[in-house]
Amino acid sequence: MKKHSDFINCQKNIFDRNVTCLEVVKSYLDRIEKKNNLNIFVEVFEEESISRAKQIDKKIINKSAGKLAGMIIAIKDNICYKNHNVSAASKILKNFKSTFSATVIERLIEEDAIIIGRLNCDEFAMGSTNENSFYGPVKNPLNNNLTPGGSSGGCAAAVAASLCHVALGSDTGGSIRQPASFCGVIGLKPTYGMVSRHGLIAYASSFDQIGPISKSSYEIDIVMKIISGRDEYDTTCVFDRKDYENSNLDLSKMKIAIIKEASFHNLLHADVKKSFSKLIESISSDGHKISQISMPVLNYLVPAYYILTTAEASSNLSRYDGIKYGETQRKEINHWETVIKKTRSLGFGKEVKRRILLGTFVLSEGYYDNYYSKAQKIRRIVQQKTDEILNEFDFILLPTSPTIPFNLNQKHKDPTVLYLQDVFTVQSNLSGHPSLSIPIFQYKDDAPVGAQLIGKKLSDQTLLEYGDFILKNYV
Amino acid sequence: MKIDKSTVDRLAKLSKLEFSENEKVEMVEDFKKIVGFVDKLKEVDTEGVKPLIYVNEDVTNVVREDEVRGMLSRKEALQNAPEKDSSYIKVPKVLKKT
Repeated sequence: MKKHSDFINCQKNIFDRNVTCLEVVKSYLDRIEKKNNLNIFVEVFEEESISRAKQIDKKIINKSAGKLAGMIIAIKDNICYKNHNVSAASKILKNFKSTFSATVIERLIEEDAIIIGRLNCDEFAMGSTNENSFYGPVKNPLNNNLTPGGSSGGCAAAVAASLCHVALGSDTGGSIRQPASFCGVIGLKPTYGMVSRHGLIAYASSFDQIGPISKSSYEIDIVMKIISGRDEYDTTCVFDRKDYENSNLDLSKMKIAIIKEASFHNLLHADVKKSFSKLIESISSDGHKISQISMPVLNYLVPAYYILTTAEASSNLSRYDGIKYGETQRKEINHWETVIKKTRSLGFGKEVKRRILLGTFVLSEGYYDNYYSKAQKIRRIVQQKTDEILNEFDFILLPTSPTIPFNLNQKHKDPTVLYLQDVFTVQSNLSGHPSLSIPIFQYKDDAPVGAQLIGKKLSDQTLLEYGDFILKNYV
Repeated sequence: MKIDKSTVDRLAKLSKLEFSENEKVEMVEDFKKIVGFVDKLKEVDTEGVKPLIYVNEDVTNVVREDEVRGMLSRKEALQNAPEKDSSYIKVPKVLKKT
C-alpha cells in the first residue's frame, strides 16, 4: 500500500505524532508530480495545501483539530472554491475565479480537510470518457491506453493512483459511478436532496448530485457525515444529516433484485457478464435471496434522460454570454447579440453545443409535449417502478456499465452509441434514489468491472455498509 | 420529422450559437441520429400519467423570510467581468441612437 494512502491509519499516525500533516501533504504533492503525465489535475493548490497543513499541525498539538484532519481531498473542476479558479473543463470559463465556496467545500474545510487541487473532467460534466475536456483526456492509471470514464474521470483516476484519499465528483447520469467502475474504485451518488448543490456548476439541476469517490466505503461514509444535510443556499437539499446516518439493517439477510433486461442487454460485454454472474452466484450461495424481476422501461431510460437533462442544460448554460464573466469575444465587436453568439460558439466544445441544441429543440414550440412532457411522464413511471421494486427488495443490483473501459481516442461516429453507455446508471438519477458502484473484478489487462447497488431513498449509509460487506465476503 | 440545415439554423438562433457550413452538415447528421434515438419514447404508453417535475415532490416546499443580506461586495461581483468600470459591468450597445 502507498504511504499514507489509508486515511484511518494516516490520521492515527498524525494524532499520535508519528508523522505531521505537512509530511503527508508533501508526500501527496510528490506523487501528484510523478503522475503528471496522466493529466488528472487541472491545478494543484500546492502552496496553500502546505500552509494549511502547517496550521492543522498546530491544531493537532493544541488538540483542536477537526474530524477530517489529515484527509487529502481533490475536487472536480466544477465545484466552486472561493478565490480559486474553476472552469468546468471549458474554455468559456478558462480564467474564471470563484467568489464563494460551495457548501460542501465550506463543511470539509471546517473539519480541517485539505483541498489539494482541482480535477479534470468532461466539459460541464457532459461525457463518459473524459475526452470532452478543454484540457485533454485523463489517462486511466491502471492502463494508460484506456479511458478512466467520465465525466468525473479525473476524480476516479486520482483515487486509483493514490493522489488523494477522497475525490468529490458530481453525478448527473452516472458521472461518479461509471468512472469509479472504470478505475476500480468506489463511488456514491447520494439520494437526490441529501447533499447541497450550492457551488456546483449546474448541468441538469434536477439530476445533479455531488458525491465522494474513494478506495474505501469508510472514507466515503465519514465524508458524507460532514457534507450531507440541509443548506439554506439550496432549497432542493431537503434532508437532514440524521437522515443520512440511519443504517440499522441486518446485512446477512438481504433481499436483492436483479433486472432481467439488464442481465440480457445486447450491449453487455462478455467480461462484465461473466464477473457479474459470478458475483450473483457467490452472493446467493451464501443464503441471500436474489430474484430476477422485469423492468421493460429500462430501454427507454436513456432517451428520457437525454431529453430532460439537455433541456435543463440549455437553460442552465444560457448564463454564459461573455458579458458578466468568463471568456469573451468583445474585442472589435459592438453588436450585443454578435458578442454573445461568438463568445458561446468559440467557448463551448462540440458535445456541449450538441446538447444545448437538443435541449432547445425539445423545449421549442410544437415539440414540448411530444418530447419534454413525455419524458417527464416516463420519469414518473421510472420512479414508481423503482419504488415498487424497493418496497419488496432491499437493493437492486446491476452492472455499473455494460462495458469494460474502452481505449482512448476511439472515434465515435454516432453520439448515441456513447449515450447508451449510461443505460444502467441513469435510472437512479431519473428516480432520485441513492446508488453505489463497487469494483468486483479486474482482468489481467487491467480493465476492471464494477457493480452497482441502488437502494431506497435515504439508504445511502446502508448502501455503503452493504457494498463493503459484498467486497469483503463475495469479491 | 424532417431535419435539415434549416432546423439547425433555427435552433442555433434560439440558443445563440453559430456554426460554420461544415459544422452544420455534421450537426444535421448527429441530430438525425439523436432525434431518431429519443423518438423511441413514443412507444411507451403514458396515458393518465402526470409529468414528474421534481423527484422529492412529497417533501413540503422550502421557504424563508426574504431578508436583505450582504453576500458579495461590489468588487467581488465585478472581479470576473470582462469589461467594467469602477461600479458597473459594461455591456455592448443594445439601443440604437435615434
